[in-house]
Amino acid sequence: MLKIKNLHASIDDKEILKGINLEINPGEVHAIMGPNGSGKSTLSSVIAGKEEFDMTQGEIIFEDQELSDLDPEERAHKGIFLSFQYPIEIPGVSVTNFMKAAINAHRKANGKEDMKANEMLKLIKEKSELLEIDRKFLSRSLNEGFSGGEKKRNEIFQMAVLEPKLAILDETDSGLDIDALKVVAKGVNKLRTKDNAVLLITHYQRLLNYIQPDFVHVLVDGKIVKSGGKELALELEEKGYDWLKPEIV
Amino acid sequence: MELKDKLVSSFLAFEEEFGGENDDLHNIRNQAIQDFERIGFPAKKEEAWKYTSLNSVLKHDYSFFPKKDDSLEYRDIKDYLIDNIDTYDLVFVDGVYSSHLSQTTHDKIDVCLMSSALCKAPYKTVVDKYFNKIAPKTGLNALNTAFTREGAYIHIQKNKMADKPIQIINLSTGKEAAMLLQPRNLIVVDENSHVQIIERHQSLTDKPVLTNAVTEIFAGKRAIVDYYKIQNDSTSASLIDNTFIEQQSESFCSVHTFSLGGKLTRNNLNFYQKGEHIDSTLKGVTLIEGKQHVDHNTLVHHIEPNCESHQDYKGIFDGNATGVFNGKVLVEKEAQKTNAYQSNNNVLLTEKATINSKPQLEIFADDVKCSHGCTIGQLDEDALFYLRSRGIPKREAQGLMMYAFANNVLESVKIPELKKRINKLIAEKLGVQVGFNL
Repeated sequence: MLKIKNLHASIDDKEILKGINLEINPGEVHAIMGPNGSGKSTLSSVIAGKEEFDMTQGEIIFEDQELSDLDPEERAHKGIFLSFQYPIEIPGVSVTNFMKAAINAHRKANGKEDMKANEMLKLIKEKSELLEIDRKFLSRSLNEGFSGGEKKRNEIFQMAVLEPKLAILDETDSGLDIDALKVVAKGVNKLRTKDNAVLLITHYQRLLNYIQPDFVHVLVDGKIVKSGGKELALELEEKGYDWLKPEIV
Repeated sequence: MELKDKLVSSFLAFEEEFGGENDDLHNIRNQAIQDFERIGFPAKKEEAWKYTSLNSVLKHDYSFFPKKDDSLEYRDIKDYLIDNIDTYDLVFVDGVYSSHLSQTTHDKIDVCLMSSALCKAPYKTVVDKYFNKIAPKTGLNALNTAFTREGAYIHIQKNKMADKPIQIINLSTGKEAAMLLQPRNLIVVDENSHVQIIERHQSLTDKPVLTNAVTEIFAGKRAIVDYYKIQNDSTSASLIDNTFIEQQSESFCSVHTFSLGGKLTRNNLNFYQKGEHIDSTLKGVTLIEGKQHVDHNTLVHHIEPNCESHQDYKGIFDGNATGVFNGKVLVEKEAQKTNAYQSNNNVLLTEKATINSKPQLEIFADDVKCSHGCTIGQLDEDALFYLRSRGIPKREAQGLMMYAFANNVLESVKIPELKKRINKLIAEKLGVQVGFNL
C-alpha cells in the first residue's frame, strides 16, 4: 500500500529525514517510536503533503502512485488520513458542518454527487456512537474549547467518517487520560480491516497496549535504526532510546 | 463646474423648495453652507484622509434634488430587508420617504421622519435640544446639515423599549445619471430605554451614487442602543457614513459595521462618553475584493471615570482591495479607571491588497487600562494544511478559515435573524457552506 524509499526531507535547508525506508501492507499496523526531535511528526506531515517540507530525495509511493506532486487534499482523496497531534480550532464552523465539507469534497474528487442530508446525518450519528460522542459535541465549533481528549476523539471520529485506507495517528495518545485513551483505541481497533492500514507515531509504549502493532520501528535522528515486532516497544519502554543511538554513528 | 461650487450655488434653490418655515433650522442651514464653502471636501493632505481619496467619487455630475418615486414595490426591495421578523421600517427611495414601503409608529415611541420632526411642533423641544449638537464641524457634516431634509427620526421616551427592531433603508433607483444622497438621522433614546436599529444603503442599479449620511445618537442614563450597519452595496455606490454617539452614565451602546461591498466606504464613527460606567462597543467585519475601498475612522472619547470601550475590527482583503483602520482612543485626565481595548486584525489574500492600520492612543489619565493590537497577515499555513488533509480543496479551506476569522465579531449581534443573514452573506462571499447541523 505505502512504500517509502530513501526519503530525505528538509525544512528551511535543515535536513530532518535522512533516508527513510518503510513498507506498509494492507491490514498491517506499524508503530514508529523515537525520542523527541527524531523526525516522527515530520514523517507524518511529509506523507500527508505538508508544503513547508522539501522532499529532497527518495519517493513515497501510495498504491502504485508517486505522491510528491499531489496536494494534501488529493492525498486525502486517495485515502490517506492524518490525525493531528495538535488539531486546529475553527470557530463558527460546527463539527457536523466541517464533516459535510470533508465528505462532499471526497465524493466530488471521486466523481460522486453530494451526499444527501439524511444519509449524511445517519453516517455522522453512527460514527459518533462508535466514539461515544454525544450530539451536543457535534454542533460545537470545530475543536474550539475542546479538551485534549475531546480533540483526539474528534480526530478519530473524522477518521471513522472518512474511512481512509491509511490512517496516520500522530501522537494520538499525548494528552489523553487512560479512559479517553481506551475509547480512542477502541475506535481505532473497530475501524481496522484487512484492507486498511494504520501508522502509529508515538513517543511512549502506552498506546501500543491498546492498539497492538505488527511492526515497530525506531526513528532516531531522521533514520529508522531498528525494526522489530511488538516486543521491541516493550524493550524501548524499559531501556529508553539511548542504547540505540550508537548504532547511527 | 466643480461639485463643491455646484452645491453651494444650488443651496438657495434647495432652501426655497425644501426649507420649510422653521427659522432656527434656516439659520443652522445657512451657517452650515457657509462652513462647507469655507472647509470644502476633505483632501488627502489631511491626516485623517491620508489613505482615502474622494477624487474618484466627487468627479460625477450628481443630482441632489430628491424626486419622488412610487414605482418600487415591496417585492423589489424585499431582499434588502430582514423581512421574516416583525420590524418598524423606514424606507427612503432616492432620498424621499416611501410610505407604502414603510411602517412607522407614534405609539409610545416615535419612529418617523426627520422632515416632519423638523417642522412640527410636538418635536420641537427634542429637535432644539439634540439636532446638530454633536456632529463635529467638518466639511462633510456641514454639507449634510445644509441640505438636511429627510431621514429617520427616532425617539424612545423614558423607560420605554422599542418592541421590535427598526430598519432604516436608503435605496437609490438610478433614475438620475448620478445621485448624491444625504440622509440625516436623529436618534434619541431616553433614560432606561432600549432600541435596536439596522441601517442599510442600497443602490438598485449601476449608476453612480454617493451617500453622505449623518446620524446623531443620544443615549440617556442606562439606555441600551444596538446599531447595525449593513454595507453591501454595488461597486458603483460610495458611502461616507458619519455617526456620532453621545452616552450618559451607565448606558450601553454598540455599533456593528459589516462592510461587504461598495466602491468606496468611509465610516466616521465617534463615541463621546458623558458620564460614568459607560460601555461603548465598536465592531466591524470588512470583506472586500476587486478595487473596493473601506476606511474605518473611529474615535472613543473617554471624558469621565470608570468607563469602558471595546473595539474589534476584522478585515479580509482580496484582489486590489484597500482598507484603512484609524482608531483613536482619547482618555481625558479626569477619566481614571478607564478600560479601553482596541484590536484590528487583517488578512491580505493577494500581493496587491493593502491595509493601512493606525491605532492612536492619547492618554492623559494615569490609572487606566488601554490596549491595542493590530495584525496583518496571511492565513495560517498549519490550519490550512489541517483542512486540506481532510480533503477540503485549498480555495474552500481558505474560505472556511476566513469565515472562522470573521465569526467572533458576529457573536455579539443580538438579533438572531440578522445574525443568520449576515452569516449567510459572509459565507456566500467566501464560497463556503455553513449552517449544516444535526
